[in-house]
Amino acid sequence: MADQATFAEEAMQYAPQLYSGALRMTRNRSDAEDLVQETYLKGYRSYQTFSEGTNLRAWLFRIMTNTYINTYRAKQRRPDETELGEFEDLYLYKNLGALQDASVGRSAEESLMELLPDDEVKQALEDLPDNFRLPVILADVEGFSYKEIAEMLDIPIGTVMSRLHRGRKAMQKALHEFGLERGLIAAQTADEEREMSDT
Amino acid sequence: MSDEATTTDEPVISNCADTLRELDVFLDGELSDHQRAAIHHHLEGCMDCLGAFDFHAELKIVVAQKCNNDEMPPGLLGKIEQCFGTDLDGDGKIG
Repeated sequence: MADQATFAEEAMQYAPQLYSGALRMTRNRSDAEDLVQETYLKGYRSYQTFSEGTNLRAWLFRIMTNTYINTYRAKQRRPDETELGEFEDLYLYKNLGALQDASVGRSAEESLMELLPDDEVKQALEDLPDNFRLPVILADVEGFSYKEIAEMLDIPIGTVMSRLHRGRKAMQKALHEFGLERGLIAAQTADEEREMSDT
Repeated sequence: MSDEATTTDEPVISNCADTLRELDVFLDGELSDHQRAAIHHHLEGCMDCLGAFDFHAELKIVVAQKCNNDEMPPGLLGKIEQCFGTDLDGDGKIG
């Protein structure tokens, strides 16, 4: 049987990942800290229900996601279901084309890492509405499968896939706009801009 | 073209539109072996699609790394450890 001493030993290694995940969900340090603590406390108390052989990390994230949805999301009073605008596919890729030509030595490996500052990537993710942000956090930051995410959020796999697709596109649009603001990405001509937003 | 190995309800992947449609699912590692092979086959001969796939594979790595590097508040681990064993009355609150 899974006992609580084992939990204390096995679960601590996931604290940094849980904290980053909590920060992306709650968008502030004090709530993130509380959310992680609450997750561990709930995990500790209900560890008897954890069946060995299943994935402890996924189990912890499931507890944290549920806790976030039930407590913190309610507190933040954001609209539950928000729609995103429609953007074309491959948004950032297509719009970085000009940059690729302009920047000498944009070598495949390091360029995006250098081009996109940590803060902007975090901001682009955190600006997504909840119903898109949670799937993107769980898939792209934490690497969970569609099936695991569907179970954590209690939505069908098809919904996970469509929210990921649209959430990612919105993130790419935001990253592009941040780049424009910094003057790092050359502004398109007015015609090109219009063309893009017409889709 | 159909053969015995092709499963029934999987979409056919034979051109750029088919390939790009599956970009997300491919990079998420959620395609069947058969579909993966079809994508690889297309990418071998199509630099345009390969460029798009490489870009998004790289972007996925960037997002994962940059959104998962926050430094924990110094006291957090200690607070968590304190929870263990102190919630003796089982009310979900410490003490």
